[in-house]
Amino acid sequence: MLGLAILLMFQFAGILLKEWLSLPIPANVIGMLLFTCSLFFGWVKLQWVEGAATFLIRHMMLFFLPYVVGTLVLSRYVETNKLLAVAFSLVASTIAVLLATGWVAKLLERKEAEANAGDR
Amino acid sequence: MPAIADWIQGPEWAVAVTVAAYAAALLLRNKFKWMHPLFTGAAAVILFLTFTDISYEDYRIGGDLILFMLGPATVALGVPLYKHSQRLRRHIPGILAGVMAGSVVSIAGAWLLASVSGLSTAILYSMIPKSVTAAVSVPLSEQLGGIPELTAVLTVLTGLIGSMFGPMVLKLFGIRRDLAIGVAVGTASHGIGTARLVNDSEWQASVSALSMSLSCIITPIFILPLYWLI
Repeated sequence: MLGLAILLMFQFAGILLKEWLSLPIPANVIGMLLFTCSLFFGWVKLQWVEGAATFLIRHMMLFFLPYVVGTLVLSRYVETNKLLAVAFSLVASTIAVLLATGWVAKLLERKEAEANAGDR
Repeated sequence: MPAIADWIQGPEWAVAVTVAAYAAALLLRNKFKWMHPLFTGAAAVILFLTFTDISYEDYRIGGDLILFMLGPATVALGVPLYKHSQRLRRHIPGILAGVMAGSVVSIAGAWLLASVSGLSTAILYSMIPKSVTAAVSVPLSEQLGGIPELTAVLTVLTGLIGSMFGPMVLKLFGIRRDLAIGVAVGTASHGIGTARLVNDSEWQASVSALSMSLSCIITPIFILPLYWLI
């Protein structure tokens, strides 16, 4: 329970910080970065949070499930004859992003490995 | 029939149905590895709503309770980030370059494909920010002149596509390294992609979590020039 309490606290801290500084980053992501820093500086001990964090992360897909159910309202915004075009654009552009990102990351990883040979 | 409507107004049934659908989807995944729990689980809930003729708005009362847990779950991604921080630091240039490339292709690609497919400008603008997490993509779409509700749906679908097929597509094109898979899936399909990698490898998930965070900062910057163009 201590772990969950800490995670909820950081989520709330993310919301507060976003509001005070009007940051354009999502509150959850701010909370995550704050939490990572706190682990880093030893303010939060890993063993306090590991149990709760492992459980929540392992079942993260459950927490996205209602969002996916929500996609059934797509037809309210897109006419039926345009659905195929939307599906095509979604799939094709997602694949393009995956490949572009993956290729660049792969290329740079190889260059880094060459720069400091033996370092993995 | 007010007697029937009473329980529908509460969150309990929707929470129970969603968790049950997810648990069943996990069992199915154990039998058939290719079945994505998020897809099968959501499909089961949608079928349930269709058969019982319950509206999505009624479902949301309970659905929102489950969505709330995304907050602490996202914060919890700090654990893999912390555990792999030494290794992540060494790969910052590659991760940063990958996210930047992905953001540019995401914006340009959505624009190009939506125009080629003959979609209206409102749909086009709703599609541009779809690779970044919903908390960022929805306000971006609003500023561009898109339909925020549509962007929310497109963002989730993009996440689902990347989450279901991302690692497979990458391997098909010879991208097999953990780092590249993590950066690509995190950049293309935000938290939903990251939620899948968690079950494959903790290192991939930590790269993905960092990439999706960087994308939240980089994508809005790259979208800025569009305001002068449109």
